[in-house]
This record gives sequence, C-alpha cells and structure tokens, in this order.
Amino acid sequence: MTGFYTLFYKELLRFWKVSFQTILAPILSSLLYLLIFSHVLETRVQIYQGIAYTAFLVPGLVMMAVMQNAFANSSSSLIQSKISGNLVFILLSPLSYLEIFLAYVWASVVRGLLVGLGVYGVTMILYEVPVQLPLWILLFAIAGSMLLGALGIIAGIWSEKFDQLAAFQNFIILPLTFLSGVFYSIYSLPPVWQYISHLNPFFYIVDGLRHGFLGTSDISPYFSLAVVILCLAVVSCLTLWMLKSGYKIRH
Amino acid sequence: MTAAIEIQQLSKRYGALSALEDIDLSINPGEFFALLGPNGAGKTTLISILAGLTLATRGHARIMGHDVVTDYSHSRKNLGVVPQELVFDPFFTVREALIIQSGYYGIRKNDAWVDEILHRLDLTDKADTNMRALSGGMKRRVLVAQALVHKPPVIILDEPTAGVDVELRQALWVFIKQLNRDGHTIVLTTHYLEEAEALCNRVAMLKQGKIVALDSIRNLINSVQGFSIQLRLSTEILPAALQEWPKSSYEGLHIFKIKDYFQVETLLAVLRAENIQVLEMQLQQPDLEEVFVKIMGVEPLGVS
Repeated sequence: MTGFYTLFYKELLRFWKVSFQTILAPILSSLLYLLIFSHVLETRVQIYQGIAYTAFLVPGLVMMAVMQNAFANSSSSLIQSKISGNLVFILLSPLSYLEIFLAYVWASVVRGLLVGLGVYGVTMILYEVPVQLPLWILLFAIAGSMLLGALGIIAGIWSEKFDQLAAFQNFIILPLTFLSGVFYSIYSLPPVWQYISHLNPFFYIVDGLRHGFLGTSDISPYFSLAVVILCLAVVSCLTLWMLKSGYKIRH
Repeated sequence: MTAAIEIQQLSKRYGALSALEDIDLSINPGEFFALLGPNGAGKTTLISILAGLTLATRGHARIMGHDVVTDYSHSRKNLGVVPQELVFDPFFTVREALIIQSGYYGIRKNDAWVDEILHRLDLTDKADTNMRALSGGMKRRVLVAQALVHKPPVIILDEPTAGVDVELRQALWVFIKQLNRDGHTIVLTTHYLEEAEALCNRVAMLKQGKIVALDSIRNLINSVQGFSIQLRLSTEILPAALQEWPKSSYEGLHIFKIKDYFQVETLLAVLRAENIQVLEMQLQQPDLEEVFVKIMGVEPLGVS
C-alpha cells in the first residue's frame, strides 16, 4: 500500500504545486461560461418547468469542469514524465500496474472534485442552486472523474508528443463534453441528434449529476449510473491491459 | 550461492534488428563488473531488460534469484539502476525526490538513510533545492542517490561518468568502491577503459549484441602477447639490424614490439654498437584498451 499511497501523494503534490494553473484557472473559466450564458439565456430559455436556466446550467458546468480536469491531470502528468524521461523512476520501481492505475486515477478524482467544488462554491455566491440528492452528486462526480482519469492515462500513454495529446483532448474529449448536454437538454435537439447524444457516455454523467442537483433529469439516474459504470469498467480494463503489457512505455 | 545477476539465452529483437543475441552471463554477489562495448553494442538494452524497462524477446534474467518478468516486484527491490540519461522531476526538491522514490519501494520512514546518502554524495546543502536549479553534475549525483534509497544489493550504473568533471568522477568512484566494499554488487558501463581497468574485477565485452569476451581483467590483459618499447633516438635512420624488427613509428618515436624483457637487451645492444643514443625511452605494458581494440577489431587512432 505504501507504493500506491506514495505515487498518489506525488501526483497530488504535482498539481498542488501549480494550483494556479490546475485549480484556480479552470474555476475562473467555468465562472466566465456561467456569467455569459446565464446573462444571455436566463430570461429566454427554460428547460424544466419551474427551474431557472442558471440552475440547469450550474450542474452541467460543475461536471464539465470535473471531467476536463480529471482528464487533464493524469494525461498531462504522464506525457510530461514520458517526454522528460522521469517516468523511468516509476518504471524502475516495484509498483504494480494496478497501483500505478489507482494512483493516477485517484489523483485525477481529487483534482476533479476540488475544481468541481470550487466552481460550485463560487456560483453559490452569485446564484442559488439547490442540492436535492447529494448522494447522486457524489456518485456521478466520482464515477465520472474516474472514467476521465482512466481515459487520461490512455491518452498520456498513447501520445508520444504534446501535439498528439492535444489532438486527443481537442478532437475527442472536448466535443464529447460540449455535446453532452452541459448547456442544453438533449430533448431540445432534432431526433437524429438525440439518438447520437445517447451514444455519448459523457451525456449520462452530466445528466446523472444534474439529477442530484435538481431532482429531475432527462433519463433515470439508475440507468445513467449503470452506463457510466459499464464504461468505467471497459476503459479501466483497457488501461490496465496497457499498463500491464507495458504498451509504449516498456519497449 | 545465488548469482547476483543470472542471464540465460537472452535475446532482444527490434523488428529485423537484433539488439542482443543469446546472451549468457552470471555475475556473483560482491563482484565489480564492467560491461564494455562500442555505442550500439547492446549494453543499455541489456541493462534495460534487467531493470524491467525493456522486455526480452527470448530468454530469462534474474536478479538475486528473482525473475525480472514473473517476479518483478522482488527483482526490482534488489536492484538499483542509475540511468544514462540525466532525467529528473522538475516539480520536486532533492529531498522530496528521494523520499518519494523510497515510497515507491514501500519504505515509509527513510529520513535517516536519505540523510546519509545525501551526506555521502555531498548533497546535504542542496537537499531543499529544486531539481531544476541543480547543475548537471549535481543531477547526476541525485540519480545515484535515487538508485540507492532502497539499499539494493545489486547496483547498475549506465555510464555514470559520461560528461562529468574530473573532481566529481573521482568522488563518485570513491563512493562506489565503498559500496562495493560494503558488499554491493556493482555493474557499470563506461567508455573510459582505464576506469574499468582500475576498478573492476571482471568484464564482458559486447559487440553487435553478442558477448565477444568475458573474463577477469588480468586474464584479458595477459592474453595480449608482449608489450612495446617506445624510443626517441639521436638519428631518424635505423641501423640495418633493426629494419626487420616488428615496429611502427609515430611523430619521430620508434615503437618496437617486444615479446619478453630479454629482447630489450638485444635492442639496446644493437643501438650501442651503432653508436646511436637513446634520447627518450618508455616501456608500454599492455592495457585493457589494447585488449578492447584487438577484440573489437578496430585500429587505435593516431598510431600508424
């Protein structure tokens, strides 16, 4: 356990030492989204009966921040270690692939939750957003950040240069996040796009988290949780296989 | 007795390229061993396989009896590796890096030992300095320290003195010799053959992925027949009696090949009879470099 705990602690220390960039900057950018979208849309859009657009938007922004930062944490840490060569210190050690996996994923979860909490904390000053079912919030925030943390490991291992990681982030993670219903309900979309949105696993994370805040959502949180856990299981297996086989890190 | 390092039928291929071919090697506990060979001979590949950084295509390797693939947790706990590249984690100070590295090996409270290595490597002043702020030589010392946090019985150093100034090189060797006296098995690669000759008991020479020589330094040097005598003479023209002598010349120096000491007498007698004066004389014993050159089949530079 000491090995896992040390790597976990090292990963926390790594982002904590640059917390302006890793915590405060994403909180600020979420706040900017909130101010702009709520200013433009507050009086024009109502998605659920009796719920203000801002109250709809905040959970989505929280989850988006959680997901993006969970992904950024493991992926950027791994690519930096690979390119600067200091990944060798982990590879030389007796750490098992499971310990490496858990340490990177949990560090991603912690950063994701910290940023998410920060975004919610700041919005509370400006708007009132209820918390109906906190357990759902916790479940989806943790499962979602675990999934993105694991995806970050895959991206970090697969990429050989920053350019490839940026491609993974900008062409896969970013579209999936923006099209997951952060800013709108997918039922406002034409049928084709509704169907496509249902194929996006991030949609279930956002919708499930929103259920925790508002007590209402596009689909059942039980179903969403099942989808998220299934995705997490598949992605985790793939990540563990990559780490175990030494794909791209042990030649 | 369990070998410190046991390598059997080890091969590594990268596509069509064969980096290592059927390597068999056994290194005993307490040995000071050198892996020599030109660049690209496979030294670093071999070390990487022992460290688990590279997976062998075929064959087995064990550290203190533990297979590096199937029992990697134990093999890595028994092994400390100083990598060739000057790598570091820019987020941490020297002490943080060492405490974190200890933790990877499952060691919780390692401050006493970390303080001792810092002291012995003359890093105490730099303990709380960020890795980024260290000079190259200092970073090299931290790499050595990082390989030692878990007190491994087997230590491998991949060109530890490449690009290191004389003072640090001397200090490093004193430290590593001390480790060897304390019972650690030391394996190193180096391009400085005089270093290997001065420090090691045994060497393996690699060429194109194969071991082409494996013996004690004494035996290898003894395998070179004879030695040479370098003379600067009062005349450039050699007497007829010496024309047939196996020799070469270099910047006015005559280098005569000698099989045994008796021939020195013969040589000098001829010169005396011809009234030629000896201005400068140097007897050259065979050294590891000569063995290396002979085995690798390359001509030494500068001597025609």
